[in-house]
Amino acid sequence: MMTGETKTMNMIEAINSAMDVMLGRDDKMVVMGEDVGFFGGVFRATAGLQKKHGKTRVFDTPINECGIIGVAVGMGAYGLRPVPEIQFADYIYPGLDQLVSEAARLRYRSAADFICPMTVRTPFGGGIFGGQTHSQSPESIMTHICGVKTVIPSNPYDAKGLLIAAIEDNDPVVFLEPKRIYNGPFSGYYDRPVEPWSKHDASAVPEDYYRIELGKAATVREGEALTILAYGTMVHVTKTIVEEMGIDAEIIDLRTLLPLDIEAIETSVKKTGRCLIIHEATRTSGFGAELAALVQERCFYHLEAPVERVTGFDTPYPHSLEWAYFPGPVRIATALTKILKD
Amino acid sequence: MPETPRRPASNLPPLSLHIPEPRYRPGDTPDFGDIEVPAVEATPRPSEATRPDAMRELSYGLVRVLDFDGQAKGQWDPKLSPERLRTMLRNMMLTRAFDDRMFRAQRQGKTSFYMKCTGEEATSVASTMAIDRTDMVFPSYRQQGILITRDYPLIQMMNQIYSNRGDHLLGRQLPIMYSAPEHGFFSVSGNLATQYPQAVGWAMASASKGDSRIATVWCGEGSSAEGDFHSALTFATVYNAPVIFNVVNNQWAISSFSGFAGGERTTFAARAVGYGIAGLRIDGNDPLAVYAATQWAADRARTNNGPTLIEHFTYRSEGHSTSDDPSAYRAADEATAWPLGDPIARLRQHLETIGEWNAERHEAQAKELDDLVKTTQKQSEKLGILGHGMHQPFETMFEDVFEEMPWHLKEQCDQMLAEQEAKFGPNWKPE
Repeated sequence: MMTGETKTMNMIEAINSAMDVMLGRDDKMVVMGEDVGFFGGVFRATAGLQKKHGKTRVFDTPINECGIIGVAVGMGAYGLRPVPEIQFADYIYPGLDQLVSEAARLRYRSAADFICPMTVRTPFGGGIFGGQTHSQSPESIMTHICGVKTVIPSNPYDAKGLLIAAIEDNDPVVFLEPKRIYNGPFSGYYDRPVEPWSKHDASAVPEDYYRIELGKAATVREGEALTILAYGTMVHVTKTIVEEMGIDAEIIDLRTLLPLDIEAIETSVKKTGRCLIIHEATRTSGFGAELAALVQERCFYHLEAPVERVTGFDTPYPHSLEWAYFPGPVRIATALTKILKD
Repeated sequence: MPETPRRPASNLPPLSLHIPEPRYRPGDTPDFGDIEVPAVEATPRPSEATRPDAMRELSYGLVRVLDFDGQAKGQWDPKLSPERLRTMLRNMMLTRAFDDRMFRAQRQGKTSFYMKCTGEEATSVASTMAIDRTDMVFPSYRQQGILITRDYPLIQMMNQIYSNRGDHLLGRQLPIMYSAPEHGFFSVSGNLATQYPQAVGWAMASASKGDSRIATVWCGEGSSAEGDFHSALTFATVYNAPVIFNVVNNQWAISSFSGFAGGERTTFAARAVGYGIAGLRIDGNDPLAVYAATQWAADRARTNNGPTLIEHFTYRSEGHSTSDDPSAYRAADEATAWPLGDPIARLRQHLETIGEWNAERHEAQAKELDDLVKTTQKQSEKLGILGHGMHQPFETMFEDVFEEMPWHLKEQCDQMLAEQEAKFGPNWKPE
């Protein structure tokens, strides 16, 4: 899968590199969004792309998410491959009708007369003191839309390979970028110094084209004691806690929530007999509910303990009490202790 | 909220909330005498490159070509050949014949739903004749005249309306939500005004690729209240997109009159003014005015002079759809009292006035078109009608959600097929 030279990249650089590579390979691809052009995006994900690929390929848009997604649908109908950025996932709601009723339904309603090969990139999740409008995790809203794929990378190598696969996909993909780990994997201990990506194996990113197939999970850590299902930021938090506690957990990074890698989940849970699901999003009707239902439907007779969920609370994301909200080390350790005792 | 309203601090009367109310309700005698209809010659035709702020008055006036004596006059006269005019008349008459027949088919229980465009035929037929066949149209739900003008096979429209075996949309869409990419006709959405920003995106793509094609898009005055409409106008003005916005102001959005979209305060063409877009308010029942305005806007777009918003001032003569009963909320004879007449009658009068048409030819053509629609209907009904037998293989329900079917849809498809087998037996096949 890897070709050519690798370079140490953080997630932002890997995402930038994916777009750079694809802009070079496919003259139909366009990147657009608020502040993505000359400035290169508020998180710098599109830095340098306008200068290199031109203003009609990478450009700023009005502050209007309905317009951004709606215009992208029209560009897709023309034959372009739009990659719009929504500056924060919290801002995607004004564009939700265009995503749900249009982008996601176009292939079906027109019997493939028209398609929507759009990838919506958007940073999500908390842990950056973003308050309630810059911290949300709306992934379960996305997975509930039939006709949209939902992808969440957890490291630079995956981010580039998955983003390239998303861009090449002929269906709409919502590509949620865990912004807490843009610059380094997060241990879950907010009071400890941030470790840079350069110390992590997955920061060795090929400079050229490669893709990671959508719908395939990755086993981050093999183990026998229990299966932990996580994605995005929580993969790293989970790994830290599991290693601290010396638990022989199998950690599965889902990477794509829809289509889900059910085989990987089933195989692992049947092996370990225990399943803990961890996400940062609010609990009720969160993606963990879907995962828990699937696991009990498919692995019930292999389970030795009830499926557990560790999630954010069902409140708006609080600003000052961010770390009381975040499903951090204490909440995870408590759940681990319980599920192993059951 | 305080328990008792705060009293005015002065001797001002208390605030009052305005709820718009149409002037006429069932039982009233409508009188539209106060609608201003300027003389045909009164409206100047500026150059297609005119700055929007130098032509604002056209957003508040009424572009006309045909006077009420059947003469084409003024600067906007597109001076079409008699042959073109006869084609235009034929397209409008065919649209009406098609509507009448399909409305009846719904009443006969052959399909679930239909929407007529009676009285509004000029808006889609004449405007489509004024653009190139390769230009892309993003329709709303009442633009069947576009497909007819672009010679889309009538039987395909009927097959879609019947959701039958010939329906290339596999019975997935509500009747009249056509999709015809080969005819430059985007898939009709059931959600309102969503096509507005999409058309702008298509036009931006065309411009960014150095193409020569433009986009046109449609909504009603009612759905111009949607956020998508305003998103579209913002993007169009920002990127100077080659797009024509059509707002068909037919006065009624189901039972809500145009006042609920802001029509009491200003015109819909004037929405363009604030965005710095060219706005034209035109007599939508005058096919030559529709043609002329669209031609002006198309030339403007094609020469990188940017978008135009055209308000087609017209009247919805029939109900919103087969599910609607307009006698419950508006005066019965508004359509006949409408001061701008009927577009088919007006074009016929014009052709007769210039000696290029007569009653005999008109009646013969009406019969020919009626026969054509009837014959086509019989052919289409051979492929099935809605609710009588199954016309699509069950598994098509799961196809096209994605390009490739993921595991969870395969599992659900298997479940559904097992349900059908339990219901109909193992040897059952769709007709």
